Amino acid sequence: MFGVANLTQERIVLALALGLTTVFSIALPGFLTAENLLSLVRSVSVLGILGIAMALVVIGRGIDLSLVAVMAVSLAWTLHMVATGVPLAVALALGLAFCLLAGIITGFLIAYVEIPAIFATLAMGTFIYGFGRYFLITLDVVYLPDAARSIVWIGSGSFLGIPVPVLVFGGVCLLGALFLRYVKAGRYVRAIGDNLLAARITGIPVRPIIVMQYALSGLIGFVAGLVTATSVASMNIRVANSTFVYDVILVVVLGGIGLSGGKGGVRNVIVGTLLIGVLINGMTIMDVQYTVQNVIKSLILLAAIVADTIINPRDEQTAQQGDI
Amino acid sequence: MSIADTIAYWRYRLVPDHIVGEILAKRWIDNAIPFTILIVVLVGFGVAVPDFLSIGSMTALTRQLGEFGLVVIAMTIVMLAGGIDLSVGSVLALANITALAMMNIFGLPVGAAFVITLAVGAAVGLVNGLLIGYLRLRAFLTTLVTLIIVRSIVDMLLLKYAVQISAGFVDSDLWEFIGDGKIAQVPFSFALFIGIAIVVHLVLSRTRPGWHLMAVGGSRRSAHNVGIHVRRTVCLTYVVSGTLAALAGFLFAARLGGAGSDTGIGLEITVLTAAVLGGNSLGGGRGSAAKAALGAITVMIIINGLVRVGAGSGANSLILGLILLAAVAIDVRWLKNRHKVLAKVYVSPAFRRLPDPPSTERGSASPYALNDRLHDVSVIGLGEIDGPEDVILDENDHIYAGTRTGDIVRFFAPDYSQQEVFAHVGGRPLGMAFARDGALICCIGGMGLYRIAPDRQISKLTDETNRTPFSVVDDARLRLADDLDIAPDGRIFFSEATIRYEMHEWPVDGLESRGNGRIICYDPGMDTTRTILRNLNFPNGICMTHDGESFLFAETWSCSVSRYYFGGPKAGTVETVIPALPGYPDNINRASDGTYWLALVGIRTPSLDLALRMPGFRRRMARRVAPDEWLFPNINTGCIVRFDERGRILDVLWDFGGNNHPMITSMREHRGHLYIGGILNNRIGRLPLPDADPHWTGPQSYWGGK
Repeated sequence: MFGVANLTQERIVLALALGLTTVFSIALPGFLTAENLLSLVRSVSVLGILGIAMALVVIGRGIDLSLVAVMAVSLAWTLHMVATGVPLAVALALGLAFCLLAGIITGFLIAYVEIPAIFATLAMGTFIYGFGRYFLITLDVVYLPDAARSIVWIGSGSFLGIPVPVLVFGGVCLLGALFLRYVKAGRYVRAIGDNLLAARITGIPVRPIIVMQYALSGLIGFVAGLVTATSVASMNIRVANSTFVYDVILVVVLGGIGLSGGKGGVRNVIVGTLLIGVLINGMTIMDVQYTVQNVIKSLILLAAIVADTIINPRDEQTAQQGDI
Repeated sequence: MSIADTIAYWRYRLVPDHIVGEILAKRWIDNAIPFTILIVVLVGFGVAVPDFLSIGSMTALTRQLGEFGLVVIAMTIVMLAGGIDLSVGSVLALANITALAMMNIFGLPVGAAFVITLAVGAAVGLVNGLLIGYLRLRAFLTTLVTLIIVRSIVDMLLLKYAVQISAGFVDSDLWEFIGDGKIAQVPFSFALFIGIAIVVHLVLSRTRPGWHLMAVGGSRRSAHNVGIHVRRTVCLTYVVSGTLAALAGFLFAARLGGAGSDTGIGLEITVLTAAVLGGNSLGGGRGSAAKAALGAITVMIIINGLVRVGAGSGANSLILGLILLAAVAIDVRWLKNRHKVLAKVYVSPAFRRLPDPPSTERGSASPYALNDRLHDVSVIGLGEIDGPEDVILDENDHIYAGTRTGDIVRFFAPDYSQQEVFAHVGGRPLGMAFARDGALICCIGGMGLYRIAPDRQISKLTDETNRTPFSVVDDARLRLADDLDIAPDGRIFFSEATIRYEMHEWPVDGLESRGNGRIICYDPGMDTTRTILRNLNFPNGICMTHDGESFLFAETWSCSVSRYYFGGPKAGTVETVIPALPGYPDNINRASDGTYWLALVGIRTPSLDLALRMPGFRRRMARRVAPDEWLFPNINTGCIVRFDERGRILDVLWDFGGNNHPMITSMREHRGHLYIGGILNNRIGRLPLPDADPHWTGPQSYWGGK
C-alpha cells in the first residue's frame, strides 16, 4: 500500500503501535478489553493534551519548555485560592489569566526580544516555578479543597461510559485540528514554522502570531492542569522540575512533528500518544520496572528518529544553520 | 583661523573619538556583557553576604566550580560545532557511580578507575556522536533520549550497588588528594579546570582540528563544501563532551564519595545556562573556552550566593530565572546591534583646514591652468586590463602593471599588443619599483611588500611592522601598503595609506581625514621593518630624490607633497615641498630632466573642502546617511603635474573631459614617452614627450647603465 517514499515517521509509529497492540492482545490476557483500552487512553490523556499544546508551538518553529511549570503553578494557585475562600469561578479565571499572561510574556521574549525559544522557555519555566513557589503558594503539594468538589467530574467522571479526560483530550484534539486548518492564525502558525522570513515578507504579522502561539500553549496547559488536578485531587508543583516536559516532547516528536517547524499536525500527536500509551500499559501489565520502562520507551523513540532520518535524510546543502 | 575653527580644531584633536569605534571592532569586546554581569553578580553577593568573598568561602566555591566548569566546557565544545548535549548531567552521574563502584566495590587502583570512568563517558559520547554526526539525527532529541536512557541505567545501578558503595572504604592518598587536595592553595579540581580550559582554548584557536570545529559550527554547508570532514568533526565533539563530563563525574565521586539518585539532575539546564550566559551561541560558530569559564563562574556564584543568602527553594529559581532572562536578553540585543553601532561610530572625522586651492582657470596665468593635452594619448591594452594602479617599464621596454585580479601583467615591446601574466601574486598589486638586481618590488594591498625575481619567483619581504604602543587597532599587520621606492643603499621605503580602513574603503578614510597613514622602512640587509613616520594623511606616492638621502612623498587628503630626509645633515626632518595642490596627489616618479612627475587622482571641490572644516557635519552624515549618498572626493578628472625639488610647477597635463584617463594614479617616463595608469581605468595611456631625453629610463636613473 505504501511505497518506501511514503513511509513517514507517522506511519512507522502507527504501524508500531498497531503491531504492539496486536502482540499485547495475543500475549497479555486482559489487554484487549474495553475497560483496559479506556484506561489506557485515559492514562495518557494529560500527556496528549500537553502534546497538542507543544505541537502548536513546535509547528511554529518554537519549543515550550515552560509548559509543565505553567500548568502546575497555575492550577496549584487556583486550588490554593479556592482553599482560602476565593469563589471557584474567580479562582479559575485568575488561574487561566495567569497562564495566558505567562504565555504572552514568554512569547514577547521570543518574538520581540528575540531570545531563542529553547532558552527563553527554559528560563521562564524556572522563573514561573520560583514565582509560584515564593509568592503564590506555601507548600509544594496543594490538595483539592472541598469548595472545588464541583469540578472533580473533569478528572474523575465519565460520560456515556467514556472517562471525561479522554473526552477532553478528544475535544482539544478536535479544536486544535480545526484551528490549524480553518483559522487564519492557525495557517499563519504553519507558514511561520515553515519559513519565517518568507512569512514576514508575505505580510504575515509574525511577531503577534508567535506571541499567540505561546498564549495558546499556556491556555491548553491550563486545561491539562485541570484534568490532572481533578483526577488525583491535588497538584504537586514539583512536577515542574521533573523530566515530564521531556515526555511531552517525546510524544510530539515520536508522532513525526519535526522540530524545525512547519510540518505535522494533531494526527501526529495522537499517534505518538497512543504508542506511548500502549507501551506503558503493556509494560505495566507485564510488571516491568519503572526505570526499565523508561529505557524501552527511549529506545523506541530513538528507533523512530533513526528510521525517520534514514528514510527522509537531511540534505547537507539545504539543512538550516543552527537547526538543532 | 577663526575662533570657532580653533575650538573645533582642539576639540577634535584632544578628544579621541576614534577609540570608541576601534574598541567596538575588537573581538574581545564580545565578552564585555558577560564580564560585566560577572562583576555585578560578584559585587552584589559580596555586599549581600558578609563573608562571601572570604578565602574559605571561595575555596568551597571553586571546588564545585571545577567540576561544573568542566561540564560547561564540554557543552561549549558541542555547541561550537552547532550541536547541543543534554546528556551531560546523566553522564556525570554515570561516571560518578562507575568511579565509586570501581574504587569502593572492586578496589581498583585510582589510575585504573580513572581510565575506566573516562572510557564510560567517552562511550556514551561516541553513541551520541555516531547518531548525530554520522546518522545526522537531531542533536537536541538524540541527547534528550540518551539523557533518559543513561539516567535510567544509573537508577538501575543505584538499586543494585548503592548499599555496597556506601559500605566500601577507600584507602588511597591520591584519591583523597583528587577530592580534597590543593595545588598552591587552589583546589585540585579547579586547577584541573583552568588547565583544561587553557588547553581547549589553544586547540580551538591555534590548531587545525579546532579551526575545523569552528568552521563546522560557523557554516556547516561551507565547511562541507571546502572538504572538512563534517561528520567526523561533529562526532568527535560529542566524544570529547562525554569524556569531560565523565572527568567531572570522577572528581565529583572523589569529593563526595556518595552515590545519590539526584546526582546531576537538571545539570544540563544549569550548564546550558552557563554556556549561553558566557556568550556562546546556540547554533554554533561563536564561542570560546574563556566564554565558557566566564559563564560557569557567573552561574556558580549565583547559585551559591542564593543558597548563602538563604533564599527558599522558590526564590532561588525565581532569581535564577530572572537573571538568566535579563542576561540573555541583553546579550542577544548586544549581539544584534553591535555591528549597527559599530557602523555608526567607527567613522570619526577630524578637523582639517586645507589651504586655499590654486586656480585652474583655463587661459589664466596659473601654472595649473586647464588644457587638453591628455586628449590625444594612444592607449595600450584597452579593455584588456583591469585597473593598472601603477605602471613600470624595464630596460627591455616591457610594461608591467598590477591588476584588480591580483596579477602583474606584462605587455611586450615594441607595440604592446601582446600581454602575459608575469606573476600571479594575489591581493591588490599597487606601487612597483625595480631593485638594483632587476627584481620587481611591489606593494600589495591587503598583503604587504613582495619581491618578484626576474625568474618570476615571488617572495614576501615583509607584512608587519612594529606595533604602535597603546594603539587600540592592531597596526602591526600591513593593511594597505601603497607605494614604494628604493634608496641607493637598498633600503625600501613604502607608504601605508591607512591603518583604520580596508583597501576598498579608501574614500572613507578621506572623509575622516584623521591622518591614519604611515611610512615604513624595510631594510633587506637586516630583514627588519620599522615605522618611520606616523599619522600622515593618506601617504601615497614615494619617490627618491637625486641626492640619495631624502625622498618625496605625497599625502593625498592633505593635497600636499613633502620631503623626508633619511640621511645627511637634515636626517629625520620633514619639509613641505608643495603645500597646496588643486587636487589629490597620488604617485610621484622621476622625470628625465631631474624633475618629478606627480599624478593627481582627483580634483578638490569647494564642498568637500568646506566639509573638512566641519567634522560634526561629516559625523552626522556618516551616521544618518547611507554610504552611497556620502560626500566623496571628485575623481572624475585627472591631471599630471611636473614639479621640481623646490616645489615649482613646471608643466601640467589635463584630461578635462575625462575621456581617456578620468582618474590618474601613476605615470612613468620611459624613452621619451609617458605611460599613464589609473586604479579604476581599463587602459594604459602612452603620451610622447617631444622635449624629453629619448634614451632616459627609470632603472638607469636609479642604478646606472648596465
